[in-house]
Amino acid sequence: MIYAIASGKGGTGKTTVTASLAALWDRPVMAVDLDVEEPNLHLFLHPELTGEEPALMEVPEVDTTRCTLCGQCAAFCQFKALSVMGKKLLIFPEMCHGCGGCLLLCPEKALSPGGRELGQIVSGSFRTDHLSSGRPEDAPFLMGRLRVGEAMSPPLMRQVKARLPESGATDILIDSPPGVSCPAVNAVMDADVIVLVTEPTPFGLHDFRLAVEAFRPLGKPLGAVINRADINRRAGISDTGVQDFCRAEGIPVWAEIPFNRAVAEAYSRGEVVARAVPELRAVILALMAHMQGAAAASKPEEADHA
Amino acid sequence: MTGIIAVTSESPGMESMVDPRFGRAAGFVVVDLATMEISYVDNGGSQAMAQGAGIQAAENVARAGAGVVLSGFVGPKAFQALAAGDIRVIQDVEGMTVGQAVDKYKRGELTIADAPNAPAGGHPGGGSKG
Repeated sequence: MIYAIASGKGGTGKTTVTASLAALWDRPVMAVDLDVEEPNLHLFLHPELTGEEPALMEVPEVDTTRCTLCGQCAAFCQFKALSVMGKKLLIFPEMCHGCGGCLLLCPEKALSPGGRELGQIVSGSFRTDHLSSGRPEDAPFLMGRLRVGEAMSPPLMRQVKARLPESGATDILIDSPPGVSCPAVNAVMDADVIVLVTEPTPFGLHDFRLAVEAFRPLGKPLGAVINRADINRRAGISDTGVQDFCRAEGIPVWAEIPFNRAVAEAYSRGEVVARAVPELRAVILALMAHMQGAAAASKPEEADHA
Repeated sequence: MTGIIAVTSESPGMESMVDPRFGRAAGFVVVDLATMEISYVDNGGSQAMAQGAGIQAAENVARAGAGVVLSGFVGPKAFQALAAGDIRVIQDVEGMTVGQAVDKYKRGELTIADAPNAPAGGHPGGGSKG
């Protein structure tokens, strides 16, 4: 089963929740950081990183001795990655979306596949508490890291996702990028269950609504985690907007994480907060049970095999 | 004076204001200096593009047969495309009509640029890259 931990708003606690789930997960698990623009799950899971490979996207290169400047490739390209100007075929690799159409079209076979580096795929393993076996065990870790200056993250994310079946893990936890645009949708679209982390503020509610609007049409089980759930009560503010919205929309609240100085301290030290703060451990274990329950309910035949 | 020049323009005609954007200009007033014959090339298709507007606009200028382009801000990819097409670039032309820009050019008051003056995806005063 694949579980995507996502949010509309950034900074709600996706990575904090993902790291805690990964550490406590009671089945063979893989942790994947698909927030490729700013991956940071490794700052909490402290994996031992053993592999780093460049992720390339196929972009055209021209053999000028064969090119007749016929312009078929340039006319086909929707992204102006190719242009015939004067006596030259110009190629703008950074404009290319890697569809490969120009390579197929060229009647002179003057175009060949080159590579633009999208970023790196970093792999390794991290230590889980592994509750099933009762002793710490290593689990696979995978992270995409977008090259600074690269505009397209979904092609890199797809290459990271292509490696998920290799892991052999029963369950995969995906730390997703925030937002509701292409990268965020790419991170959650292959998941069996989506966990939306939010916070009980007007900002949190606003972006949570967007996320529900964007992800619900995917037809997957969806649950909410409300982080810093008690800040309004502590501050004497009566704002139950997020809770009310969840109730009205029929979105189950799978966890409410209390505001707690010990959590912030553990976070600031780069620790898995569910390990460092005992009361949080129970919250995360309950969340895990909800997630696994939602997955089993949606795909009973697969759950039997797990 | 001979040659064909293209001036980025907000609308057709010599009285139109110069459109300071190259790639996302509304259009080009194309002037044949030998005959002072004037035509207009619409660039609306480039304005609607998600990316590559500057390259598309450079192709449009080349198709019009121009050897010189007058505009406000030209980005690196457009500049490269224009250079490949042997089209010379005069930039920083703005806040005047197309006719005034053409007169300045004819008087030799404008200089050919040797490098683009705007970042990829539009100058800071223009639209965002999306």
